[in-house]
Amino acid sequence: MSHRLRADSSPRSLLEPARVLSQAEAESLAKRIVGFSQADSCRVSIASAARGNTRFAVNQVSTSGDNEDVSIRVRVTVGRKVGAATTNRLDDAALRQVVQTAERIARLQPDDPELMPELGPQQYVTVDAYHAATAAAEPQQRADIIRKVTEASRAAGLTATGYLEVVTSANAIANSAGLFAYHRSTDCAFTTTVRTTDGTGSGWAGAAARDIGAIDGAALASIAIDKARRSLNAVAIEPGRYTVVLEPTAVGNLVQLIAFATNARQADEGRSFFSKPGGGTKIGLKVVDERVNLRSDPQDPVTPGVPFDGDGLPTRKVDWIENGIVRELSYDRFWASKKNVVPCVFPESLQMAGGTQSVQDMIASTERGILVTRFWYIRPVDPRTILYTGLTRDGTFLIERGRVTKAIKNLRFNESPVFLLNNVEALGATQRVSASESGSAGVPIVVPAIKSRDFTFTSLSDAV
Amino acid sequence: MTSSRREFLKSSATVAAVGFAANLASPRFAGAAAPASRFAEDALRIAPTVGDPAIRALVLSAIDDAKRAGASYADARISQNRSRTLATRERRVQNLSDNETLGCGIRVLVDGTWGFAATRELTSDAIARTARLAVAQAKANRRTQVAPVQLAPVTPTPNGTWSSPVRIDPFSVAIEDQVALLIRANEAALGVAGVKFVNSAMFFLREEKTFASTDGTVTVQTIYRSQPSMTVTAVSSDNSDFQSRQSTDIQPHGLGYEHVLDGKLVENAPRWGAEAVEKLKAKPVDVGRYDLVLHPSHLWLTIHESVAHPTELDRALGYEANYAGTSFVAPPQKVLGTLKFGPEIMNVQGNRNEAGSLGAIGWDDEGVAPETFDIIRKGVVVDYQTTREQAGELAWWYAQQGKPVRSHGNSYAQSWADVQFQRMPNVSLLPGDKDLMYEDLIAATDRGIAIVGDGSFSIDQQRYNSQFGGQLFYEIRGGKIVGMLKDVAYQIRTPEFWNAMDMLGGKRSYELGGAFGDGKGQPAQSNAVSHGCPPTRHRQINVINTGRKA
Repeated sequence: MSHRLRADSSPRSLLEPARVLSQAEAESLAKRIVGFSQADSCRVSIASAARGNTRFAVNQVSTSGDNEDVSIRVRVTVGRKVGAATTNRLDDAALRQVVQTAERIARLQPDDPELMPELGPQQYVTVDAYHAATAAAEPQQRADIIRKVTEASRAAGLTATGYLEVVTSANAIANSAGLFAYHRSTDCAFTTTVRTTDGTGSGWAGAAARDIGAIDGAALASIAIDKARRSLNAVAIEPGRYTVVLEPTAVGNLVQLIAFATNARQADEGRSFFSKPGGGTKIGLKVVDERVNLRSDPQDPVTPGVPFDGDGLPTRKVDWIENGIVRELSYDRFWASKKNVVPCVFPESLQMAGGTQSVQDMIASTERGILVTRFWYIRPVDPRTILYTGLTRDGTFLIERGRVTKAIKNLRFNESPVFLLNNVEALGATQRVSASESGSAGVPIVVPAIKSRDFTFTSLSDAV
Repeated sequence: MTSSRREFLKSSATVAAVGFAANLASPRFAGAAAPASRFAEDALRIAPTVGDPAIRALVLSAIDDAKRAGASYADARISQNRSRTLATRERRVQNLSDNETLGCGIRVLVDGTWGFAATRELTSDAIARTARLAVAQAKANRRTQVAPVQLAPVTPTPNGTWSSPVRIDPFSVAIEDQVALLIRANEAALGVAGVKFVNSAMFFLREEKTFASTDGTVTVQTIYRSQPSMTVTAVSSDNSDFQSRQSTDIQPHGLGYEHVLDGKLVENAPRWGAEAVEKLKAKPVDVGRYDLVLHPSHLWLTIHESVAHPTELDRALGYEANYAGTSFVAPPQKVLGTLKFGPEIMNVQGNRNEAGSLGAIGWDDEGVAPETFDIIRKGVVVDYQTTREQAGELAWWYAQQGKPVRSHGNSYAQSWADVQFQRMPNVSLLPGDKDLMYEDLIAATDRGIAIVGDGSFSIDQQRYNSQFGGQLFYEIRGGKIVGMLKDVAYQIRTPEFWNAMDMLGGKRSYELGGAFGDGKGQPAQSNAVSHGCPPTRHRQINVINTGRKA
């Protein structure tokens, strides 16, 4: 069906590298589809991905999967009317049909008062997010990394469960105004939860990277095994406000929620934390501790993001919060034109600046507090304060008089990352973390460990 | 768990659109991965149709190819998913998109180890290559094997067909009528003083799925799902507060466009608007213990999280420990027939046949005809949700009960690109013997809070500790509603919460709720499931106030 996409029509070998569309293939395909359109404007977005994953449970591989897909989205305008359609069939007949579908939908619509013209050719920053050896990773290589965890756990008399995912993707956009954009990337994420066989102890470790070679199965196994052993005999403490030392993964779990709440339009409309009382946004106001700096740089070497958004608009470095002050919020093209500002889009990459303290330093300076490995089932409670609820999981410990003294039962929090960053006591060295709950690579994010006071825990959980 | 929208978009196994482009009004809408595009006029149609002999030939060749490559068991699924997403705000259409995805997934067992591979290329060469890839993958995984997979027996269905009970195919309805309905509903909400913003949406899915296995089953199914929804937002005049009301009295169903018409959005919108405005002036709740009266439009989500998830056998056995978690209903040997989950009046069943439910199907994704089965009988746990791989784990229990070892038919994959695994069917709380309605439970309550609609939700990885919000909260005094409350959430420990249930409604009070976004597995897959229930009353539940000042 996709013979036109291959320079060479011979069948692929079984273990050929994961295949996504090259720039030349994507450009040729996109321009062909644009050529099928009779509409006033046409935009084609191509998402090509090859995904491989392996799961393990009870110390052996449970399921695994490999798939390849190409999704074509066509968006057209007729006058001020917009229509869109998506397919994953690449034969000419199907591609003509998807264009016709989008055009038919557009004609049946009311005018769009917020319609923006298609962008012409753009200049994009170079984002190096593709790692060839990762794109070529085979099921055997995934199984080999996993065996480092399952065999270490078995030897320790423990039970390992986990997930390794390798995704290669290529995204492209072309439109009838001459714009073309292409970006290729690889992503890996590996997470493991090691439990005692009686289910009374649980430890977690995880990592995410563009390069599968950066995933150190043996090192992660030893962290998870150590935490599983140390989490035994957890005791109950009273819920309440505590000083917390959050490991970087726990910080990533919460801090990314601020980036997801930066929509300027919602702020202007009075339905956001970033709404200023009386009207407008909080740009220029100090909202967190002055040591907090939160930005998105698509060219960050550790967390490369994407060079363009869904409109083909170039991404750039964005300082969301600088020295505790809100500097930018995200504006789509329409809202930016209405407010007469430069559009600002999320480059799918996030960095929080760190400090000089180690986790050990933070523990040593804590009279009584809680050390958190990670948070889980984090769901919004109140958008007025970016308040979320969720629980600690897989390694929660009590700090007394400067040392970790015992494992404690997990706790539910009702807290906002805004309050967390207001109450900062110390910042640590930064690292890339796997901060998605599901173990997928998620938004690439670099954060420090944080010590913060008055973190609100509202109840105890018996879950291990 | 029900996934957050962002997690779903980032983890969907089918290719997501570029960036965060999906412009969806409701998080529930993110659950449907699967797109498609066919007009009412089928002459335009080029993709293979369900029941097409060419599709049947391809799934059969896929399992033959897998066997030749060394598989002892194989199944293949070709599915074509068509979806329509229509999202509006105020007087504007934000997104209207018809989507389709088509492909084939092949699952194999080699020496008791699974492999799975999927392709969007439906040619015999691509299918053969994908079958060999699945086998090669199983061989790579075999080195970690501790215990080989064994499948429970199944009765083959050589030629099965099933279709959702749809009266009006949503894809046959004129697009302009669908747009006009939402814009009219938005206008009706905006007519309420104090309402500032309205989002509304419709989502439709049609999945046409052909399945074949080396056990001799070939089934063809056409599954429809529909959801209309609205969110109405009121903002106080000084920007100090904003409150939203979601249209949770209309839940997603496995029905056609008739479900949208029955939802009467235009007629209901002014009430939702007035309720959003009333929430601005509602009294912040005083923390403490209250008797809770929970409406079915709220309770379904509490059942989903605290009853349905912990009775998934794969969780109880530790297979989901790294993400969704394990279960307090474990190990099976210690809890089956003995764990008192709730009171005598509590009976919970799994089923895939409730009329109009999201979970209704003819066969599951490994060719098993599902059955209705008791999970909790008179308050005691008596069974788990199972697949063919898992049922054998309970052989000892089924032998005691005089039952055959058989899957309950709970295998599911969200798309052709994903491997199937244990997913919940409809898990429903049966109504009580007395003919009680929601209003009767309120009338019987001296000091309490009534909660309508599902809201915020979070639960731990063993399903002990959870917290739920809602859409509307009403203070009950002396058997009467005396006013509206806000910033309400209740925190529970699951066994105490259900054992504190002392009243539940009768048959006439029973309603189906549900969601598209039931997330589980790695990569996270989204399941669509309904939960039927009557209203219930729970004594002395811990209520917190979630309001904070920024």
